[in-house]
Amino acid sequence: MLENAIKDLLYKIADDQLILGHRNSEWTGFGPMLEEDIAFSSMAQDKLGHSLAFYTLLHQMGEGDPDTVAFMRNADQFHNSQLVELPIGEYDFSLIRHFLYDNAEILRFESLSQSTNEEIAKIATKLKGEVRYHVLHANTLVKQLGSATQESISRLQQSLEYALPFALGIFEPSKHEQELIDAGIYSGEAALQNQWLERISAVLEKTHLKLPEIANLQPVYGGRYGQHTEHLQPLLDEMAEVFKIDPTAEW
Amino acid sequence: MYGGGNVFEATKFDDLEQEDPVKLAEFEARIARGEKIEPSDWMPQLYRKQLIRMIEQHAHSEIIGALPEGTWITRAPGFRRKLAQMAKVQDEVGHAQLLYSAAETLGKTREQMLTDLINGKSKYSNVFNYPAFTWADSNIISWLIDAGAIVNQMANAKGSYGPYCRALDRICAEEAFHLKYGHDAVVHMATGSPIQRKMIQEALNRWWPPIMTFFGPSDKMSMHTETLMRWKVKMASNDACRQQFLDMYVPKIWELGLTVPDPKLRKNEEGVWEYTEPDWDEFKRVINGDGPCNAERLAVRRTAEERGAWVRRALLAPKATYVRPLA
Repeated sequence: MLENAIKDLLYKIADDQLILGHRNSEWTGFGPMLEEDIAFSSMAQDKLGHSLAFYTLLHQMGEGDPDTVAFMRNADQFHNSQLVELPIGEYDFSLIRHFLYDNAEILRFESLSQSTNEEIAKIATKLKGEVRYHVLHANTLVKQLGSATQESISRLQQSLEYALPFALGIFEPSKHEQELIDAGIYSGEAALQNQWLERISAVLEKTHLKLPEIANLQPVYGGRYGQHTEHLQPLLDEMAEVFKIDPTAEW
Repeated sequence: MYGGGNVFEATKFDDLEQEDPVKLAEFEARIARGEKIEPSDWMPQLYRKQLIRMIEQHAHSEIIGALPEGTWITRAPGFRRKLAQMAKVQDEVGHAQLLYSAAETLGKTREQMLTDLINGKSKYSNVFNYPAFTWADSNIISWLIDAGAIVNQMANAKGSYGPYCRALDRICAEEAFHLKYGHDAVVHMATGSPIQRKMIQEALNRWWPPIMTFFGPSDKMSMHTETLMRWKVKMASNDACRQQFLDMYVPKIWELGLTVPDPKLRKNEEGVWEYTEPDWDEFKRVINGDGPCNAERLAVRRTAEERGAWVRRALLAPKATYVRPLA
């Protein structure tokens, strides 16, 4: 049924944005320079806002209200890719994750802005303008740090190699893939992944970083089906710590 | 978020005697006329020193102040609060950025200032050495500490140093939103479930003593203070700021059915607030490093600086393009 397929698609987008927004917000007060503190915090707010937009649409389609859906589910009910739930680590990892993720997200939003589903197209059109700035930020810093010092280049290279299999997990196909493509909802994960590879390759070519051979990598799948690393549940527990003191209260 | 007070350098006053008396007179006349002093203008060394010290402490207070509230970003209950808490703390970091830039116009680099912060050489607002135990503590900070900061900053925005005043104008506009946010959050707690009301009252009990010290001890009226006021570096006395704060916010706290944990607090017939004198010995002890969170705050800052050093080194690295000398 197309409605279930659409809900599945919206959940993975919303969950990705919520969890990555949460992670990015952890940089507030800890960035390598004030400007990056502010940038990560600003992107975190956008991501959170995007997840809210999609949860709100899901709510209109009969799902729970956004606060309940975001704050009361357990890890196995989340559909985010495992990439976004990994701890922020050092700045090089957070930057590379941001680079890999946002270059994928902009393509997803571009594709969704052409969707036959008008509601989705409307939201995606609005949000892709914001994601464009996130991409610009990531690409600028990857270009700079990816060709600056030996130290920065090797840090980024290591993080790139570590994050890439997880990033491929963004494109884990769902069981509704063909149905969504046939209905013109979006272009499908395989098509997005190919475009994404072109985009990130073009940026990395301008640096001293080397993109590992994708064919040799084992993508980290499972996130879209509720399988997660040990890092997601503690994140969710922390996120809901106050909310769960009294879920019926107005905070 | 900065309360000012207490923090001016005890400079040897004969410093002033070495200044050119004609230039000094002209400088003072300009300030008396309400003109702003700009970075390239002549100014006495003492003025420069005190301003660097003040703006730097203000900037440090913003980034250190981001920590107690920052810990609640990841735990804020519900989308509305989570988004607002993020934006609020981000603003504070943005204020630090503005203020470090303002201080840099006086000749001290951001890197030097941050080094002095980490080494414990320069201070920040003492209240941030206290912990935010619960979400409610974070709400009290957003409301009442920001309220106190506005009282102080509105006064300082009328000071004499152009770059600092302009930064403060922008900062005050944002702080006004924080105040609304903090008030709204406290209202929800104070009118919410019994658990919420208990949480917010306990947070107020914890934060009241630090709030009362926020503006610093009564000023010793010395020649030093007089000069700083004449130069419009210090714009209002610590006690005046404290009175203004009490006048504006105690009625609002009472309106919410909350109790201020000071049995002596009352407005007397002359319209002056009376209160239990804060524990200034504790204040001194905490500002000199022996508070509940001093070590933790600086450790966090130090870790952030050290972990991020490679990024700053890389961004400052010269481009690897060299021109071969012709001969």
